[in-house]
Amino acid sequence: MSIEARFSLTYPTSASPAFALDVDLQLPAQGITALFGPSGSGKTSLLRCIAGLEKVKTGHLVVNGECWQKAGFFLPVHRRALGYVFQEASLFPHLTVQGNLDYGAIRSQRHQVTPVDQRNIVELLGIGHLLLRKPERLSGGERQRVAIARALLAVPKLLLMDEPLAALDFERKREILPYLERLRDELAIPVLYVSHAPDEVARLADHLVVMKDGRAVASGPLAEMLTRLDLPIRLGEDAGAILDATVGAMDADWHLARVDFASGSLWLADHGVAVGSPVRVRVLARDVSLAREQPGGSSIQNILPGRVDAIGHDEHPSATLVRVQVGQAMLLARLTRRSAAALGIAVGQTLWVQVKSVALLE
Amino acid sequence: MMLSPDDWSTIRLTLELAGLVTVLLLLIGTPIAWWLARTDSALKRPISAIVTLPMVLPPTVLGFYLLVAMGPQGPVGRLTQALGIGLLPFTFAGLVIASILYSLPFAVQPIQQAFEAMGERPLEVAATLRASPLDAFFTVALPLARPGFITAAVMSFAHTIGEFGVVLMIGGNIPGKTRVVSVQIYDHVEALEFTQGHWLAGGLLVFSFCVLLVVYHFNPMAPRKAAN
Repeated sequence: MSIEARFSLTYPTSASPAFALDVDLQLPAQGITALFGPSGSGKTSLLRCIAGLEKVKTGHLVVNGECWQKAGFFLPVHRRALGYVFQEASLFPHLTVQGNLDYGAIRSQRHQVTPVDQRNIVELLGIGHLLLRKPERLSGGERQRVAIARALLAVPKLLLMDEPLAALDFERKREILPYLERLRDELAIPVLYVSHAPDEVARLADHLVVMKDGRAVASGPLAEMLTRLDLPIRLGEDAGAILDATVGAMDADWHLARVDFASGSLWLADHGVAVGSPVRVRVLARDVSLAREQPGGSSIQNILPGRVDAIGHDEHPSATLVRVQVGQAMLLARLTRRSAAALGIAVGQTLWVQVKSVALLE
Repeated sequence: MMLSPDDWSTIRLTLELAGLVTVLLLLIGTPIAWWLARTDSALKRPISAIVTLPMVLPPTVLGFYLLVAMGPQGPVGRLTQALGIGLLPFTFAGLVIASILYSLPFAVQPIQQAFEAMGERPLEVAATLRASPLDAFFTVALPLARPGFITAAVMSFAHTIGEFGVVLMIGGNIPGKTRVVSVQIYDHVEALEFTQGHWLAGGLLVFSFCVLLVVYHFNPMAPRKAAN
């Protein structure tokens, strides 16, 4: 099952050059797919096209084998089994939280959709105590959680989220992110997630589509995409690899936890995650250094054997990004070009990878 | 006796006229306001201008053209005669039609502004929650535009009660049939019955004040904090 989306449109804007969207994508119908790119790159337009909120003449859209749009056919928005979470929660101010949740739930049941268990969703998003309130009496984070629950209760086959955290401050973001993770892990609904925040993408996404100037310049599994050296994603200081791993052991004396990934393990600060839990960790390129000989007497705890897979340019001309294969996994290392030359770094070379810091994404 | 039976009958007629006109105006004004608030059509400006025209036109001018149109030789007059309704001038029905046209901008504008202030977003949200456009209109657009409807209703009612020029032109001054309060006041003054005039005029003054009080109660001048 997959989502096929082809759209091309030109906005007749007074601003020049006119904005054009031109995409042809095949996306997995599971997990979270992030549409990532700078503002103005067409992420939101693409999402609105998929929802049918933007009516494009030349479009083709098939979701899980169900055609939503093709030449001469356009399924109206209200006939599409989708959920849409806008950047601003956009709750109906004249209804209570319960009224907002019921709005989509009742209407989707009219279309003979099996209702989902409302209590589960309400509990998943932690809004049980808010049901009788009016939206004006909710905090920003609470509103957005209600908006997400409202979209889910309409029993979508596809959930579209347009920067649901962008309008929130740091604290509110931290409040909502765990709910989004639970959503990803507990519900089998494919999600298209628009974002321009590398942190959110690294933490949530399984699949990544990079948008630029109205085009999808790259699309693929997240781990693979983040370690590509030829992408025009300006991650800057955030360039780095992610690894899906499991907590393997704890070292209570030193407050450290060991996470095991397919081809090695890394130690990081113990954040109280139970042994056996799946975790996602991120290793930033700037925290990785390379050595020709196995380092002794180093303060760095995580030293892994690796092989240089590719060498690429970094943003600043003094720096270079080196992709190193460690078993099955890929890591990125940022070196100055001078030290790369001094070490004689070349593709195929085996060397030692020192990881100074590993971040647990939670 | 403060008010004569004659005065009371004009008051009753005036209230009947204003009530009926208000109901009809809300029914007619809503689709017009909806269209004006959401269209990109080139016709938007000309139609807006036509709807607003009664606001700036001298009532006698509007009344004059209505009289001509509804008269025996006018297009509307011929139609009503052909349909067996007869002629509309100097009847209650004629007065209703003239009042609707005269008060149209007072109904359309507040509703249009309420629809515009609401924006596209609530309707988009409704659509993504499986509401058809008609469903969304009744369950989202109408409740959100409620203050606009209250203002429109109150203003239409009050404006109809206060009209004079159009009524005189189209309805004349037939007791119990087309004589309304404002005309009655004029007659009292003409007849130098100042005490009678005072009672009616004072009543209208208090009434108008109450009307505005109601409008401001439902539409506080400070905009309510928007809950998004």
